[in-house]
Amino acid sequence: MEVSTEAKRIMVVALGKLYSSRAQRGGLRLHRSLLLTLVMKSARDMYHAAQAPTESVASGCEQQQQCSSEITTGPNGAQLDLQVHNSPRTLPQEEVQGSPTELHRDAPARNDAENKENQCPGGPLQLSRKRRGKAAVEPDFLPCKKAKLEQGPCPPQLIVNSVLMDYVNCSSELGAPPTPMPLQRVIAAC
Amino acid sequence: MEEESDTRKINNSFLRDHNYATEADIISTVEFNSSGELLATGDKGGRVVVFQREQESKSQPQRRGEYNVYSTFQSHEPEFDYLKSLEIEEKINKIKWLPQQNAAYFLLSTNDKTVKLWKISERDKRPEGYNLKDEDGRIRNPLTITSLRVPVLQPMDLMVEATARRVFSNAHTYHINSISVNSDLQTFISTDDLRVNLWNLEITDRSFNIVDIKPANMEELTEVITSAEFHPQQCHTFAYSSSKGSIRLCDMRQAALCDKHCKYFEEPEDPSTRSFFSEIISSISDVKFSHNGRYLMTRDYLTVKVWDLQMENKPLETYQVHDYLRGKLCSLYENDCIFDKFECVWNGSDSVIMTGSYNNFFRMFDRNTKRDVTLEASRENSKPRAILKPRKVCVGGKRRKDEISVDSLDFSKKILHTTWHPHENIIAVAATNNLYIFQDKVN
Repeated sequence: MEVSTEAKRIMVVALGKLYSSRAQRGGLRLHRSLLLTLVMKSARDMYHAAQAPTESVASGCEQQQQCSSEITTGPNGAQLDLQVHNSPRTLPQEEVQGSPTELHRDAPARNDAENKENQCPGGPLQLSRKRRGKAAVEPDFLPCKKAKLEQGPCPPQLIVNSVLMDYVNCSSELGAPPTPMPLQRVIAAC
Repeated sequence: MEEESDTRKINNSFLRDHNYATEADIISTVEFNSSGELLATGDKGGRVVVFQREQESKSQPQRRGEYNVYSTFQSHEPEFDYLKSLEIEEKINKIKWLPQQNAAYFLLSTNDKTVKLWKISERDKRPEGYNLKDEDGRIRNPLTITSLRVPVLQPMDLMVEATARRVFSNAHTYHINSISVNSDLQTFISTDDLRVNLWNLEITDRSFNIVDIKPANMEELTEVITSAEFHPQQCHTFAYSSSKGSIRLCDMRQAALCDKHCKYFEEPEDPSTRSFFSEIISSISDVKFSHNGRYLMTRDYLTVKVWDLQMENKPLETYQVHDYLRGKLCSLYENDCIFDKFECVWNGSDSVIMTGSYNNFFRMFDRNTKRDVTLEASRENSKPRAILKPRKVCVGGKRRKDEISVDSLDFSKKILHTTWHPHENIIAVAATNNLYIFQDKVN
């Protein structure tokens, strides 16, 4: 799919640029970082829009069950929750397609286990899109070690996370660092 | 003076031909002063070079006043913020002149974090004949002094000196993108990505924050301020542009914190042109009031728009700068060109607007005749006093002779900074590390 390939590529390039901007002289540029994040969001949306009609409910299923996975990571001691974003567009399709739904639903058993643990309160309501300004999403095409973002498995995720966090740290006024409240964030994997 | 400018030209061509151009020489801002007598340039190395127009001589009327180097000084040095482990670049982001009030000239120059007020003054006399010092400056032996000698001012070779009179620092957490002097000549604003601060030119240890768009949670950030400017006549009005393509006009009389705009200019997006890069190309890189104060001009990546201050829902005029790039946005994104910030400028009578493009092209649009022209600032294609030939970019199909195809454009040669003389048709165009000054043809 041309659109999804291009979207993927754009996301990857954006991440590369975000990461290399850390080493730039003069510090991180807020405007540039914001534009890159917006491009990633655009690409993500278009990617999902392209994926939704062609992909069967399988991915819709997985997505739905992944939707509430929470991941905590603490490179700086700050708590960050990762919430994989779900596209509500897959929902109606799931209802329409009967039997394939049943089959795929059984497959990822571990999803269920995790799901029970990490289910966000509010169930279906949680599927509503929460647009965060500088948040990026984890695309499902990448081999992510889902739901277990500890130090190690997915270094690029950590890096992007800490890129954005660093900027907040570096650019905040002199004073206390950000309070260690769990932040609702979605991270792109590379 | 003449020799100096020739030497500078020779040095530049040497550097260019041998590819020795250093990054520090890249011009980052150009600005005429309010009379047009002086032209200032700032570069990435933190230096300011001021050119002065030579007096027109009656003996050679066809030789209109040329600009020669008047003063060069190091405005900003690289600094290190130890607390945040960040280097602060010395690159001069903007220069703004103060109108002349006495024999000296004053300008404001800024890098990412600090604004400085510089005084440029001439010295053509020197005191001589000190009582206690001899001509070399050494203290005379007091036992040899038998009479009183009062110093007398003697003429000397003209010396132009620049001194930093004020340093306005520690007021910006983010990077300063613009400064603007108020028409009251007492205050000015400095703007970074999220805040606009108001200063008094006499007071350096405090500033007032008049706009703050920083959200409580930085992750909810969706737009930043890209430029701000005071209204040319109304000292209580200023405008700021955003990365979302909107402009807000604020009145400082309404409240101390001008977070509420009194006018909001935005054109709804055309859904048919939506692409991955819509947000990037709609970000406004420059905003300028017209000299008469009735219009605003904005530059985004592909267009220049003129707005009537009385009409907020759409621009009065839209000019395509280089629409042939619309199909190339992906490549321009990969090579970073899509993030380039072009400036735009009005002529003295607000009838013509000008902005830069790639391949050292710059474009002029006549608002009355609706005609536009593309010109090139390059040494090969223009000898001194030659008339510039209009250029044309061929979009597809057959390329005519003298046309250049989109794929042959050199994207490393970009004209981001231009300025127009306040009264005459003289323009200064910065092409990487070269400065070009063009004048109207003399009849």
